[in-house]
Amino acid sequence: MITLTRHRLFWPVVVLVVLLLGNLLEKPDFFAIRIQDGHLYGSVIDILRFGAPLMLVALGMTLVIATGGIDLSVGSVVAIAGAVACLHISKQPDQNAIGGVLIAVVMALGAALLFGAFNGIMVSRIGIQPIIATLILMVAGRGIAQLIMDGQIITINSTPYKWIGAGWLFTLPAAVLIALAMIAVTALIMRRSALGLLLESVGGNAEASRLVGIQSRSLVLLVYAICGLCAGLAGLMISSNVSSADGNNAGLLIELDAILAVVIGGTALTGGRFSIGGTVIGALVIQTLSTTVYTLGVPPETTLIFKAVVVTIVCLLQSPAFRRKVFGRWGPRRTPPASGSAPSEPTNVKVPA
Amino acid sequence: MPDPQPILQMKGITKEFPGVTALADVDFRLFPGEVHALMGENGAGKSTLIKVLTGVYQAEAGEAVLAGERVHFSSPLKAQQAGVSTVYQEVNLCPNLSVAENIFIGREPRLFGLINNYPEMRRRARELLARVELDIDVTAPLASYSLAIQQLIAIVRAVDISAKVVILDEPTSSLDTGEVAQLFRVMRRLKEDGVALLFVSHFLEQIYEISDRMTILRNGRLVGEWRTSELSRIELVSRMIGTELSVLEALEEQPKRELAALERQEPFLQAAQVGKTGLVAPFDLAIHRGEVVGLAGLLGSGRTEVARLIFGADRAESGTVTIDGTPLSVKTPRTAIGRNIAFCPENRKTEGLVEDLTVRENIILAMQAARGWLRPVPARRRDELVGKYIEALSIRPANPEALVRNLSGGNQQKVLLARWLITQPKLLILDEPTRGIDVGAKAEIQRLVVSLAEEGMSVLFISAELEEVLRLSHKVGVLRDRRLVAELANDESLTADRIMQTIASGEGGAA
Repeated sequence: MITLTRHRLFWPVVVLVVLLLGNLLEKPDFFAIRIQDGHLYGSVIDILRFGAPLMLVALGMTLVIATGGIDLSVGSVVAIAGAVACLHISKQPDQNAIGGVLIAVVMALGAALLFGAFNGIMVSRIGIQPIIATLILMVAGRGIAQLIMDGQIITINSTPYKWIGAGWLFTLPAAVLIALAMIAVTALIMRRSALGLLLESVGGNAEASRLVGIQSRSLVLLVYAICGLCAGLAGLMISSNVSSADGNNAGLLIELDAILAVVIGGTALTGGRFSIGGTVIGALVIQTLSTTVYTLGVPPETTLIFKAVVVTIVCLLQSPAFRRKVFGRWGPRRTPPASGSAPSEPTNVKVPA
Repeated sequence: MPDPQPILQMKGITKEFPGVTALADVDFRLFPGEVHALMGENGAGKSTLIKVLTGVYQAEAGEAVLAGERVHFSSPLKAQQAGVSTVYQEVNLCPNLSVAENIFIGREPRLFGLINNYPEMRRRARELLARVELDIDVTAPLASYSLAIQQLIAIVRAVDISAKVVILDEPTSSLDTGEVAQLFRVMRRLKEDGVALLFVSHFLEQIYEISDRMTILRNGRLVGEWRTSELSRIELVSRMIGTELSVLEALEEQPKRELAALERQEPFLQAAQVGKTGLVAPFDLAIHRGEVVGLAGLLGSGRTEVARLIFGADRAESGTVTIDGTPLSVKTPRTAIGRNIAFCPENRKTEGLVEDLTVRENIILAMQAARGWLRPVPARRRDELVGKYIEALSIRPANPEALVRNLSGGNQQKVLLARWLITQPKLLILDEPTRGIDVGAKAEIQRLVVSLAEEGMSVLFISAELEEVLRLSHKVGVLRDRRLVAELANDESLTADRIMQTIASGEGGAA
């Protein structure tokens, strides 16, 4: 039991479960899943589906944060990717042609990758602080998206493109499967190759990593490029879902939700250890929160405050110091030394000389 | 003579961490006007006891009585308010604030209770510093002074906050001889004022010079309390280690290979006029196969800088480094590593270890970095190597999953060594590998250096302890004022005194 509560994902999972159960009170059929036309429908499926873009953006953000950086430009990259794809499709004589859509997707993802790499170069080669370096593209990126679309919102009518964000595969929303596939591949690469270890080393101690011969520059560049790619994929989903590209509003403030998801998932903003599983749970917490706001009928004008309160609680619950302070007083937390059972301290205490 | 009434008394202190009993039923007392040394190997529980005393940790059992009152400190701030202050190994003040601000942080003298009264603050800061014979500009940022001065400032602050008990945790580990003498003068003065000083140091000489009484811990248990004058050094060491002293003695008898025989071959590494303005003047240095080259000199004399230039941690402005006859072109650590050079930096925490990672990850890091991320070390090979070196260097706990931040200093140093030994370097640069670690681990590391050299590895060995340099090196480079002033062959005629003379006079001179 104690080892369970110590697991780094324990508290995020608890919060997620509590949020989901909270919905049940208001909406008894919250967990109900129906099959209609061979597709699964239900609130839980909706959470997964609408949460897919956030999961992707947060995935890339996790890696960037692991190196001790941050990427504020993901929202703009979301907009750019949507703009590039929709512009190309809108120019096709037949918007439903698979070939044209595929080219549009490749172009959009390529652009996203390039913008991510641009961030990476600014940070790793030129040495600008990540928050400033990515702020540049955060602001400029919206402008680039506007330029691409000539200041208009492009609306398209393409069934294959629509599939990315709103289609179905094996009874599940395609967006969910795409996101899960991307997450699985990334997690596999991180743990099967040495990339995860080297990233954690760079984020944990940059100078030590340099002295041990790690080529942190190219690693950092790579990570920002991956982050751009993830944001681009999320941008495709978002624009596909609404069959249009909006340079001003697509992916607006998604960088903040993504950073939040990473933090809720237990990856520290200072870099080092990261948890992709934690980030996925973090993204689901945030998406569930948005859904909950609607099911509980929280007045729209208080939505943001409601969200803020829940996020604050999550963050506090994750802090061992806070838990000790609050629960330590009346909970049976202190184990007498004589009993020989595991002591009550959290795992991250030092055992110094 | 201390008063019969202790100012501080701790009884039956027990502190547990997951899987470890850091302190078991430990008693401790401290009298006013004494310097009390807390002794023990790394991991013996010294730091834990201090942290319990200062409220950083809460003990599971036991009680503390300060000046006749039962106390329980829930935070360092509470301890400070009650009269217990600590000056830690790493000075934890704010480097970018001025000296005066640092002394008065959190309790600044105010004008009308509103804004900081800077003139008053400066005046009082100067007064306090004068008491310890420091005459410095109190408006300059703290970072502009040497670590030694910063430490004295930290002590001044501690004493000014609470004059009852001051804990000095390894204050001398990064000071040179003159600075230590200055610190001791300050400590003696405080002693006369009736302050109780708790002193932790790994330097036995210093313990015997300054302390009146000592408490020895071993494996989290109390061994006993003695007057310093009544316990011989050899008894002290044997009580700290608990067993065999033979390790230390055996090392002394190691026959050393002849320098002449070693230097007959071509050097493995030849530095010619390598230097960088502001770091170290251009120097020549040859390191041969199987040779241990010691670097001696005062703190800040350029010892570390020589090593960093050779390794490429800093880029040299002039000169060439030739390895095995071929010159080394690009000067970054990665190129040096590619030529089989390894570097254990002086500052383990900031430049060596990734503390959030496990022992296994830290050990494999150098090898993995060399292979790149696309070619991970196969899990089985990795576990084999890590296991082998944990065993060979007896890293404790012998758990590859343990976080490096939870290891004691000596074991952290061994993790660093293991990291490089796995890569089978031809030249191993060790910058202060034995600083701040206990006697047992120190002997183990010294023995390791000797045996590695015997197997043909070259070692560049940097240490502030002349005895250690003398014991291990075939020849000794002496640095003075950022200049390599002499290269002395380590034969019978070379003594610590002669090295000190060289440091003092700056001349190589005949014996």
